[in-house]
Amino acid sequence: MRKKSVSYAKYGYIFSIPFVITFLVFSLYPIIYTLVIGFTDLRGLGVKEFHILRNSEGAIDMFGNFRTVLNNKTFTTSLKNTVIMWVANFIPQIGMALLLTAWFTNRNFKVKGQGAFKVLIYMPNIITAATIAILFNSLFGYPKGPVNDILMKLNIIDGPKNFSLQRGTARGVVAFIQFWMWYGNTMIVLIAGVLGINPHLFEAAEIDGASPTQIFFRVTLPLLRTILLYILVTSMIGGLQMFDIPKLFLNGGPDQATVTSSMFIHGQAFSGSYLYNRASAASMIVFAIIIVLSIILFQVLKDKDEIARRKYLKAQRKAARGRA
Amino acid sequence: MKQASMSAKRTTYKTIVYIVCTFLAILSIFPFWIMFMNATRSTYEIQQSSIGIVPSKYFMNNWKILTGKAFSPMTGFVNSMTISVGVTILAVYFSSLTAYALMAYSWKLRQAFFSFIMAILMIPAQLSSIGFYQFIYRIGMTNKFTPLIIPAIASPAMVFFMRQYLMAALPLEIVDSARIDGSREFATFNRIILPIMKPALATQAIFTFVGSWNNLFIPLILLTNKSKYTMPIMVSLLRGDIYKTEYGSVYLGLSLTVLPLFVIYFMLAKYIIAGVALGALKE
Repeated sequence: MRKKSVSYAKYGYIFSIPFVITFLVFSLYPIIYTLVIGFTDLRGLGVKEFHILRNSEGAIDMFGNFRTVLNNKTFTTSLKNTVIMWVANFIPQIGMALLLTAWFTNRNFKVKGQGAFKVLIYMPNIITAATIAILFNSLFGYPKGPVNDILMKLNIIDGPKNFSLQRGTARGVVAFIQFWMWYGNTMIVLIAGVLGINPHLFEAAEIDGASPTQIFFRVTLPLLRTILLYILVTSMIGGLQMFDIPKLFLNGGPDQATVTSSMFIHGQAFSGSYLYNRASAASMIVFAIIIVLSIILFQVLKDKDEIARRKYLKAQRKAARGRA
Repeated sequence: MKQASMSAKRTTYKTIVYIVCTFLAILSIFPFWIMFMNATRSTYEIQQSSIGIVPSKYFMNNWKILTGKAFSPMTGFVNSMTISVGVTILAVYFSSLTAYALMAYSWKLRQAFFSFIMAILMIPAQLSSIGFYQFIYRIGMTNKFTPLIIPAIASPAMVFFMRQYLMAALPLEIVDSARIDGSREFATFNRIILPIMKPALATQAIFTFVGSWNNLFIPLILLTNKSKYTMPIMVSLLRGDIYKTEYGSVYLGLSLTVLPLFVIYFMLAKYIIAGVALGALKE
């Protein structure tokens, strides 16, 4: 008996074509193009032609832009600033999110009005970052501004403080804005993670007499490992591209204390100097840093138990086959 | 005795929880409250006391000053709306289509294609902006909305999300019975699969729309013509010298950009929060 069957496999290809073409044209091509420009002499508004970069003696100098950028003090400062401001936002962000997660998922005490708290705490995350940066610029105004007024009324400071003049406070405010915009998001992700854990594990721990604190640190946290890794990697990739907030809050000041690497790239290419080749080289350096850091994080935080379990299962299967 | 101290401890715990949560809730609202109130106050009033708890009567005055200079809220609104709606429709439709291709058909490169999508999931678009700009400049498409909209067809993260959703929600028998009824593959997708995916489409649509609406970097480098400015670019004008002493107008301009997002958010907050939670579990 012969069965006539139609193959639908071709539709898998057909339906994927728009995605693939768009990706190749609008994502992959610009990446390669950026990389190529990094090796050339492309600079100046409206210039379309470019050649491999040569040094002043006319010899080919492929990595000239990369060298220039790496030796550029503003670039290294911008990298340093980006890392400082990201870390200063991430540590309190994950800390606060974990604390709230512990409270909102406490099995012995349900926080009333939890839904409303979540809605309000998450809210800043969906507001335009550009707007928030300018709003905070006004809020931290000097000598008259809401923050100064409040701090003076509460007698925390004696006179108005110019937050935008000191490197530390300027970076601190940028980090605070990032924290304020993102801890609600992190919290909701973590709560979802906790709700996904099998409740029997918590019951068993309770029966064994573990306190809520013990349960949180010994049961919940280890099981959130994958989600924590996801939060860390996505936050890092986003953080290393920080642009809107530092750009519109103090435009990099004071004294380049809040210039980020994305602002450096944008500044090189689009604010008067049109150094597309150097901006490209800087982009690729940041890109490389992101890739390396992501790989390191995945390696370090990879679930060791999961690996051990897989190894164990593999060994068992091998043994079973050997026996058969 | 022990009982009493236990319950005292519990009360302290509860009090701390509620105080901190209330403080954080106020911290979220307060900056926007000041912003909305100051949008109705005159520069003189703001200079006297920068925190207004109640509205004043200078809204119209601020509006005149704001719109009398470079800031044009209607243009920004229409432009942002055009781009964001376009991006949302393309991203949601084509991501579903790609996810369906990955899920419903067995083809030779399927697994490879899926691994590829996983690999490009987190590529930072901002870092290829120079190449993107040069490419768009060469084909003469700067100051047009198309290069900001079309790339949404390839949204790997959304394809991933849609695939997970389809795997959980779509029994392949439906597809088979549609075939028996003589439905062509493309029609099956449009008439049967898309309606099934409605909940996922809605969630993803909200996030894509808000993300596109808030995007600054790429529009900022491509759109140099004032009539093409999006809302975030408009906002960045408020930081410039022209509004330096017009505090009330600056607050009003900021309020105008926040208002549509507030409306969307407080209408759909429940779904948005559920969507954030859902997105996190996509592994």
